[in-house]
Amino acid sequence: MNEFLTLMKPELQITIIIFLLLFIKLSKGIKNDLLLLIIQNLLLLNFIAGFFFNAPGNLFDGMYQTNTLIAFQKSILNLGIYLISLLFTGWFRKTEHLPEFFILMLSALLGLDFLISSGNFLIFFLSLELATIPIAAMANFDLEKKISSEAAMKMILSSAFSSGILLFGISLIYGATGTINFEALPAQLDGSTLQILSFVFLITAFAFKLSIVPFHLWTADVYEGSPIAATSFLSVISKGAMAFVFISVLYRVFQPMHQVWYNMVMLLSIITMIIGNLFALRQQNIKRFLAFSSIAQVGFILVGITANSPEGISSVVYFILIYTVSNLTAFGVAAAISSQTGKEKIEDYKGLYQTNPLLSWVMALALFSLAGIPPTAGFFGKLFLLTAGASNANYGFILIAALNMIVSLYYYLRVIRSIFMDKNEQPIEKINIHPSTKFAFIICSAGIVLIGMLSWIYDYIQSLNP
Amino acid sequence: MNLTLLILVPLITAIALLLMRNKQQVKWLALTGATVQLVLAFVLLFTYRNEVASGNAEQFLFQQQYDWFPSWYISFHLGVDGISVAMILLTAFVVIAGVLVSWNIDRMPKEFYFLLILLSFGAYGFFLSLDLFILFFFLEIAVIPKYLLIGIWGSGKKEYAANKLALMLMGGSALVLVGLLGLYFSNPERTFDLVKLSHLDIPVYIQKICFPLLFVGFGVFTALFPFHTWVPDGHSSAPTAGSMFLAGISMKLGGYGCLRVAAYVIPEGAKEYADIIIVLSTIAILYGAFATMMQKDLKYMNAYSSVSHVGFVLFGIGMLTKTAITGAVIQMVSHGLMTALFFAVIGMIYERTHTREVNEMGGLLKVMPFITTVLFIVGLCSLGLPGLSGFVAEVTVFMGAWEHPDFFHRFATILACMSIVVTAVYILRAISRTAMGPIKESYSNLTDARWNEKLAAIILIAGIIAIGVAPFWLNNLISPGAEIIMQKFSVAP
Repeated sequence: MNEFLTLMKPELQITIIIFLLLFIKLSKGIKNDLLLLIIQNLLLLNFIAGFFFNAPGNLFDGMYQTNTLIAFQKSILNLGIYLISLLFTGWFRKTEHLPEFFILMLSALLGLDFLISSGNFLIFFLSLELATIPIAAMANFDLEKKISSEAAMKMILSSAFSSGILLFGISLIYGATGTINFEALPAQLDGSTLQILSFVFLITAFAFKLSIVPFHLWTADVYEGSPIAATSFLSVISKGAMAFVFISVLYRVFQPMHQVWYNMVMLLSIITMIIGNLFALRQQNIKRFLAFSSIAQVGFILVGITANSPEGISSVVYFILIYTVSNLTAFGVAAAISSQTGKEKIEDYKGLYQTNPLLSWVMALALFSLAGIPPTAGFFGKLFLLTAGASNANYGFILIAALNMIVSLYYYLRVIRSIFMDKNEQPIEKINIHPSTKFAFIICSAGIVLIGMLSWIYDYIQSLNP
Repeated sequence: MNLTLLILVPLITAIALLLMRNKQQVKWLALTGATVQLVLAFVLLFTYRNEVASGNAEQFLFQQQYDWFPSWYISFHLGVDGISVAMILLTAFVVIAGVLVSWNIDRMPKEFYFLLILLSFGAYGFFLSLDLFILFFFLEIAVIPKYLLIGIWGSGKKEYAANKLALMLMGGSALVLVGLLGLYFSNPERTFDLVKLSHLDIPVYIQKICFPLLFVGFGVFTALFPFHTWVPDGHSSAPTAGSMFLAGISMKLGGYGCLRVAAYVIPEGAKEYADIIIVLSTIAILYGAFATMMQKDLKYMNAYSSVSHVGFVLFGIGMLTKTAITGAVIQMVSHGLMTALFFAVIGMIYERTHTREVNEMGGLLKVMPFITTVLFIVGLCSLGLPGLSGFVAEVTVFMGAWEHPDFFHRFATILACMSIVVTAVYILRAISRTAMGPIKESYSNLTDARWNEKLAAIILIAGIIAIGVAPFWLNNLISPGAEIIMQKFSVAP
């Protein structure tokens, strides 16, 4: 019993918060401001508690597994959720059903936590569904907007489709090997045609969730239509968790088929980077822009995944930590602007620097970090991904990735140019930023600068590797 | 001498600049920072010379090493040899002149000086680093300030120029990155450390892959033909101090990288591709010179002539003799000072006449004697008048090149020499049209240089003359470093 409490601590914490929110919902008359404050503090506690009493172990015959690295991955997700609760204060205060939104978001987080810890394809599938369906409801949260319902519909249809493919893949694996247990599977894998086929179905399901090209088509519409808090959850937290799971499934379960998946992941990585970048070049809406740029970022994560070494895992975890902070900052700035002025186009940002210099610098930091410019953390994140990927001595691949960084720099600079250089007769007025959002911007900016400079953070992640 | 100081001073200056409240504070703080840095650079020069004179024969002096990302075997490793000392001196000169020249900037002075100092921070770090990872880190730090400087304070097609510059330079650094990773995985120790790498036997096939990546990558920074196209646009659109930093410091990052990283660590690769380097740099020298002849805009003129002059740096490196490499480094220093001064003078003239077209000026000597005299000096330096630094540098390069007895090298040298004649043509023509002749009515009550402009010009001219009249001190500083680089080539494969 005691083991159950300590090992499953992250999930239990989230469950407790969900129940608390349900009770709060029952009692009427709490103002959104107060409620939000309670939620933010609960999530902060949740984040802090994630660092204590972490022990490796497994439950339910290895169906649920955890170790210090997994606990750290969950802490990254907790940090992301906490930042979301701070960054989008402007939108949350206006929302009518605030507790419901957080209940949905935390349920999805619960699913993602179980997903990271799963040691069996059964619980893997269950938690994936738990992580997906609430997101569709979150996407529909701008109730008066048609485009929001459209986003939810697209989300639910495409994820149902990918779940079907995943189930098919799992059943084929069971048919080919006779087991769906992660521990028992590697011994049964010999790279036969049927196993490769089932692996292709599995990787397709992952590609759907990670919006890897050519399975990315749902991404842009869903991102644009959803409320910005849901978009940022989807593109940062959900993607980060999926990347953790993808890397652990590839490295642990499909290690014997390393040669097979190396080529597949490499190919997917190349087309994801190229297509994501090319589409991001043309976007006018800042949310769609961030959506396509996040597709390209996933392409870079795949470069690190191809390393097939402990460095691969730690560089991916490190990158996702940085990506969480930087991308949430960018979304936060976009949300602060759109919740006050309703403007979401990149060209609306022209002349922003004249009216909102600090906000502009925060956005610039976030974009430079996403583009991988030193001294921001994104530089180190991307560099380590490429270094890990280069350990296979496949320099053509690394060169393609490095050249893609230039294309991505071009479109990030486009936003920078709008903000700093272009002149505008009527720039966006002075934005009033809620104190808690300001606090989040301070945390994020400090994180963007310091996570890279303080090398012990990377070494800590490296030391967590089992 | 604690080398970390040389990195910390610009960093602290840059951060402190952000806290300043008004233009006066910003200007004086930036000037103080630049002065302190210049003093430090001189202290470094003298302590280095003392150390060498007292018989310290180590290759890199004042080394400092701190662990940084130990799991990747990356360390914060600093150290200098004579070549880096020369480059640091150059940077300190150009930075202080750049700060002085932009004294009257009105638009967002705080941000302007912040970016200038940040750029110099990248350059100092680059010249000091002995670990290729931090070398790359500092190289990339220096890119974005240039982009913002051109894009915000520039003129003309500034957005286009800023974009082109940022993307081409980042493209160059992407190539550098892949080359560095190739070196990193080529050795069992997995190290980015320059000193360790230079003592390792890197397999020849890896050298042949990595050398072009690194050389072309750094070459983009230093206007290697055909990747020079960002130079004219970038330089001519940048604000005055921006052009000075671009041509005076930033292009030297590439030259230093080509020499220190590409040629020194990968000698077999350098031997393999030396002929191609010579061909490309000869083309750049001639093409740059002839393209300058056609320019009417003073800034474009200097930008194209920079392509030509920096071509001598790569030309010297491609020759792979000790004298030629020494000449290449002298040319880097000399061209850095000279071109910074040239851009400064053009900026001063433009500020007064509001034109950079040669044909619209005339007779400026009558109203601005100081500025036009400086223009004469810098022009003569550019065309290689003995007694000024340009002559020393070019002659050293040519002497080194002539050491090769074969037809190919001699022919290339003769072609490169011919560019000097072309230089004389365009420089003399430009100066005579600007300074001599009848003066326009509207220019007759223009004022001469202010104190800050005079000070900036005098500092740079002092450097030019110091090299031109007494080249031996610079030569003695550089040649031991060049000697060590050359030893790598004399060893049979």
